[in-house]
Amino acid sequence: MTSPYPMFSILGMLFGALTIAAGLIWLERRLLALWQDRYGPNRVGPFGLLQVVADGVKIFMKEDWIPPFADKPVFILAPAIIMLTALLSFAVLPVAPGIIISDLNIGLLFVLALSSLGVYSVVLAGWSSNNKYALLGGMRAAAQMISYEVFMGLSLMGVVLQAGSFSLPAIVDAQRELWFVIPQFLGFVLFLIAGLAETRRTPFDLPEAESELVAGYHSEYSGMKFGMFFVGEYLGVTLISAMITVLFFGGWLGPILPPIVWFLLKTLFFISCFILVRASLPRPRFDRLMSWGWKVMLPLALANLIVTGALVLAWR
Amino acid sequence: MIAAPAIVEAIIRRLGSAVVLQPTGDRIPTVWVKKDHVHGLLHHLKHEVEQPYKMLYDLTAIDERMRTHRDGQPPSDFTVVYHLLSFDRNEYVRIKVALAEARLSLPSIVDIWPAANWYEREVWDMFGIVFDGHPHLQRILMPKSWVGHPLRKDHPARATEMGPYQLPPEKELAEQEALRFRPEDWGMSRARDDADFVFLNVGPQHPGTHGVLRIALQLDGEEIVDAVPDIGFHHRGAEKMGERQSWHTYIPYTDRIDYLGGVMNNLAYLTAMEKLAGIEVPPRAQVIRVMLAELFRIISHLVWYGTLAQDLGQMSPVFYTFNDRERAFGIIEAICGARMHPGWFRIGGVAADLPHGWESMFRDFITYLPPRLVEYDREVLQNRIFKGRTIGIGSYTVDEAIEWGVTGPNLRACGFEWDFRKRQPYSGYEQFEFDIPTAQTGDCYGRAAVRAEEMRQSLRIIEQCVNNMPEGPYTSDHPLATPPVKARTMHDIETLITHFLSVSWGPVIPPGEALGAIEATKGNNGYYLVSDGSTMSYRTRIRTPSFPHMQMLALICRGVMVPDLIAILGAMDFVLADIDR
Repeated sequence: MTSPYPMFSILGMLFGALTIAAGLIWLERRLLALWQDRYGPNRVGPFGLLQVVADGVKIFMKEDWIPPFADKPVFILAPAIIMLTALLSFAVLPVAPGIIISDLNIGLLFVLALSSLGVYSVVLAGWSSNNKYALLGGMRAAAQMISYEVFMGLSLMGVVLQAGSFSLPAIVDAQRELWFVIPQFLGFVLFLIAGLAETRRTPFDLPEAESELVAGYHSEYSGMKFGMFFVGEYLGVTLISAMITVLFFGGWLGPILPPIVWFLLKTLFFISCFILVRASLPRPRFDRLMSWGWKVMLPLALANLIVTGALVLAWR
Repeated sequence: MIAAPAIVEAIIRRLGSAVVLQPTGDRIPTVWVKKDHVHGLLHHLKHEVEQPYKMLYDLTAIDERMRTHRDGQPPSDFTVVYHLLSFDRNEYVRIKVALAEARLSLPSIVDIWPAANWYEREVWDMFGIVFDGHPHLQRILMPKSWVGHPLRKDHPARATEMGPYQLPPEKELAEQEALRFRPEDWGMSRARDDADFVFLNVGPQHPGTHGVLRIALQLDGEEIVDAVPDIGFHHRGAEKMGERQSWHTYIPYTDRIDYLGGVMNNLAYLTAMEKLAGIEVPPRAQVIRVMLAELFRIISHLVWYGTLAQDLGQMSPVFYTFNDRERAFGIIEAICGARMHPGWFRIGGVAADLPHGWESMFRDFITYLPPRLVEYDREVLQNRIFKGRTIGIGSYTVDEAIEWGVTGPNLRACGFEWDFRKRQPYSGYEQFEFDIPTAQTGDCYGRAAVRAEEMRQSLRIIEQCVNNMPEGPYTSDHPLATPPVKARTMHDIETLITHFLSVSWGPVIPPGEALGAIEATKGNNGYYLVSDGSTMSYRTRIRTPSFPHMQMLALICRGVMVPDLIAILGAMDFVLADIDR
């Protein structure tokens, strides 16, 4: 099912992912403003759309400053990792029939593996900045990722069991009759929460918790390096929303409209949900988040897996 | 004073003829005692008398060397003044100790009241009076490298009197060295048996400290072993300014003390001033004052509500509450012409009568706000994550609160129903019906719940003001009321001169002393004014609620985690200018 013109798909996906991530900067600010009774950016271009360009120009023009006390190579490497891992995950994402860069038969595992690698970015950034706030942020990130990674993978195993495949296009195809969100509702909720944690968005933004840790792991970053963390975060949000769409909401499946439109609409919906969560929830305390992850979420994910496994076995 | 209050008789019985009584304008029993007796007497007043004086309300000093009107007072170069408050008696007592310039020292009372620690440091910082036995007698508001003691009369009040600022290289090095962090200076050890501590410098520039506050944290992982606040970054010499501004022109300076409290600060200052001058404020002016002060209480609490939620990571409420605050400011602006710092109260009344249409503005606000408050309660107070972050965090008991000088909502959150508006009514508060919200827990959540409810009570008071606004003059016709009444001028040259002088120099307040204390937005705000019969105050002492609250920080955040510190700071509701003045 791989496209006959791979370069075309690769460039299209790269361009699409980066455009969406950049557009999210605008979307998030506008949506938050809408929910918070204010206007948000509305001066640059129609509806403030060109704000993204203005921000981009600004951030590129900024002095690329590396603190003298930082561990220079690691400091530079850290923001690259987050971009790299986020973008690589898009390689296995089926946008519509035939629009996919590489239909790996272990696509889902590939995505999970890369998102695990992504945490190195945050940890290394916190470590190499040689700043106590950044270090605390990095430590929190490491602990949080380990806790939430575990059940993130487990929560998806129910889907894999039902679809009988790790390949993402196959999982979409398996939902022609019924979207997996219905039989796997618990899995969906668990994945949604783990996805929030994975992207370090409110209420899981403890690694950067601005009222406590100033800016956490990226306190010392400025200019485009900071911009890469920023874009990396939005790529992560886009990816998790796309994954929710693919795994639980039938991917490109839908009546009348072309498949790619369905895919984008569903993804956009979940992106907006992420932003709404950010607008409404406070931030729990770090240790409670951990114990909640291990004591509540993990057992639930395991139970979900066992029950699904038993049912699938009985069905066959 | 014909019938001396019971406590004065008790002190005389104890100390005999060594005691001198001083009549004051505020009728607070004022007793001069000898330096050797003061420690024993204060201990006695706190622990041994019936209906004890449990709270060290204020501790300050006066440089008496330039004072001319000291009738009946013992000779003194520097006087240390203790204000104690007894909740059982609902009374203050003022103890004064005379010190000679040659021997500026007296025993510390930190062993009696731990809250005396910062107050004594401040007195040392400002006057150079040494407290023997103080554990850490260092500068608190001024920089460590400061030369001189600012509140002494011989210290210049203006930068222009001090000569140009010089920073030669060796001074620069010395200044930088003074900033170096050494845990030992802060009473912290570097390591425990098996592990080194992390020292985290929070502030003076930090999003969680609400201003230029610095806190040195000693951390074990993310757990706080010790926290030492470092204040003074916001010190602007407000008390010193009081000694060079006329009584009237000092009013706008008070606005900037608790800069969220607006005219509430004017009220505290004027309460003291009017006691001193013996001015009766007409009923209409009193009700206008109450109405605006309560509106500012709501404004201040709205800021607190939103920022507390934001401190805990909740992004939106701050925008909603600031929108509401904007509406309230619309009313303030329509009445006063300014928003945050109107400086609109005047000696003897207010600056102008209420404008046309003021009732409807207030009525709109009174119907607008309650549903919004319900919404915030659902969004913030009832939020489970919010509860998880605040319940059981940073709690203290009533006794601890009194011990440390805590007042206002922070005191009522421990279950002690003490509100100065009810207990010691001023500005006609006794005519209003309102409840005193309390909480029983004494934790961050209790403090939040009390403040949220206080806004509703303030609305009730405002509604009563709107419904029952008396007719009549908005300012007193007392000769010292400022600005003077225009109708009294232009009759002859005498009336013209009198009017000219009271406008250009401002009123001459008769010699005396008075403490005026009110229930401000954050707790008890008191002005202790000393007049030497001049157009300016001889000594302006500002007792602010945030100062003792911040001093308590170390006590309540030992053993909690860094995010809890932010919750504690947020729920404490302090303003840095209110701490540093």
